[in-house]
Amino acid sequence: MKHGILLHEAQDDVGVAVMDLKKGATIGAVTLEGKAAGKVRLLNTVPLGHKVAMRDLPRDKPVIKYGRPVGRAVQPISRGMHVHTHNVKTLRWSI
Amino acid sequence: MITAANMKLTGYRRPDGRYGIRNHVIILPVDDISNAAAEGVASLIRGTMALPHAYGRLQFGEDLELTFRTLAGIGRNPNIAAAVVIGIEPKWTDRIVKEIKKTGKPVAGFSIERHGDLRTIEMASRKAKEFVQYATELQREPFPVKKLCMSTKCGESDTTTGLSSCPTVGRAFERLIKGGATLIFGETSELTGGEDIIESRCVTPRVRAGFRDMFDDYTNLIESQGVDLLGSQPTEGNIRGGLTTIEEKAMGNIQKIGRCRINSVLEPAVEPKGAGLHFMDSSSAAGEMVTLCAAAGSVVHFFPTGQGNVIGNPVVPVIKLSGNPLTVETMSEHIDVDVTGILRMEMTLDQAADHALDVLQRTINGRLTAAETLRHDEFVITKLYRSA
Repeated sequence: MKHGILLHEAQDDVGVAVMDLKKGATIGAVTLEGKAAGKVRLLNTVPLGHKVAMRDLPRDKPVIKYGRPVGRAVQPISRGMHVHTHNVKTLRWSI
Repeated sequence: MITAANMKLTGYRRPDGRYGIRNHVIILPVDDISNAAAEGVASLIRGTMALPHAYGRLQFGEDLELTFRTLAGIGRNPNIAAAVVIGIEPKWTDRIVKEIKKTGKPVAGFSIERHGDLRTIEMASRKAKEFVQYATELQREPFPVKKLCMSTKCGESDTTTGLSSCPTVGRAFERLIKGGATLIFGETSELTGGEDIIESRCVTPRVRAGFRDMFDDYTNLIESQGVDLLGSQPTEGNIRGGLTTIEEKAMGNIQKIGRCRINSVLEPAVEPKGAGLHFMDSSSAAGEMVTLCAAAGSVVHFFPTGQGNVIGNPVVPVIKLSGNPLTVETMSEHIDVDVTGILRMEMTLDQAADHALDVLQRTINGRLTAAETLRHDEFVITKLYRSA
């Protein structure tokens, strides 16, 4: 397998780890259509199915996946970081 | 490529013209206190199946209507050859019997008061024996995709469902709808964040308004309880699998309908009128949702799972699809369709849809699903509010 990160859309802010990814590794990303989407150096260990930031995201920026906002960054996120409930929250039910 | 035109399906033609893919004789209790008698009959007579459940007493209003509709709908389901209905008293028992009888299939009702469990079991068992001998003589016959009614709902979703198993079902549904199949999806709460997409797929403004009403009702219910769903949507299982927000989960969920348009919106457990894709207002809890689909006449169900939901249904075969390599490896006995090749970029969505439709065809023609072999017979009535 040549890639470790899969994206729904080429411009998505986050991709999905398709295997357990180790901190420090440089991992290739592709879109579902098989288009290469560059390489990312991992700042955290990211388990299978969890998300990796494809670009730097300032606090409060909507996070794009499937080409749509699926949440907002609640702290600054750097390219290669693990993206999950600790740094992204829903845009609904704002509390 | 497997298409609606080249699928070879066989099933049992029922008197109302619908086709079943299983041939069950059920012993259906109207209420919780009739479970013992129903199970008594099922243990005496080979080839029968009791469907015990927790409700049916002192319910009222919309909640009672839904329970009636669910019980009658289960009896009406084309996978049922014949039904024995047992209730504590005759009046509500007759209500269920009458609804099932409209399909033309054999049905008989028994009530326990003034007989006791033992005499009821004897009378009901004699009828059940007759029904089993009737059902076992029925033969499968070929039927076209336009006579197929099926449903979908995903569970224990994670990021892999949105990438693989859900879009696989979407692609398969696009092919089935071309053949005139009747398809049902739902899960009102899990559309949150993608409800605009569902609205844009509704075929008419009236359908769109109907969907919007159902969605707003659900949102108002949540708000009236003074809570939000942050603790349960996404679930702990979803979060473990990498899903962060309800919007992200909804986008994965919506992949199941592919590019299909939505022909109508249905109240829970209501049978769709006509072909195409229908949205049914329903809980996202797997047991409840699949039971509602069964009551609406679905004869088989596609169930994409990420982390590994093990649900089944006594009446409707549930086909599990997973694209999560860890789940397929550690829970292989539960998975019918392995689409992990999508994550490895070794399988296209069209190839995955072929695989899903091949398993669908074999399941329709009699092969038991993983959930059927493992005796996953979850029969769960949706309760709308507390009883009187």
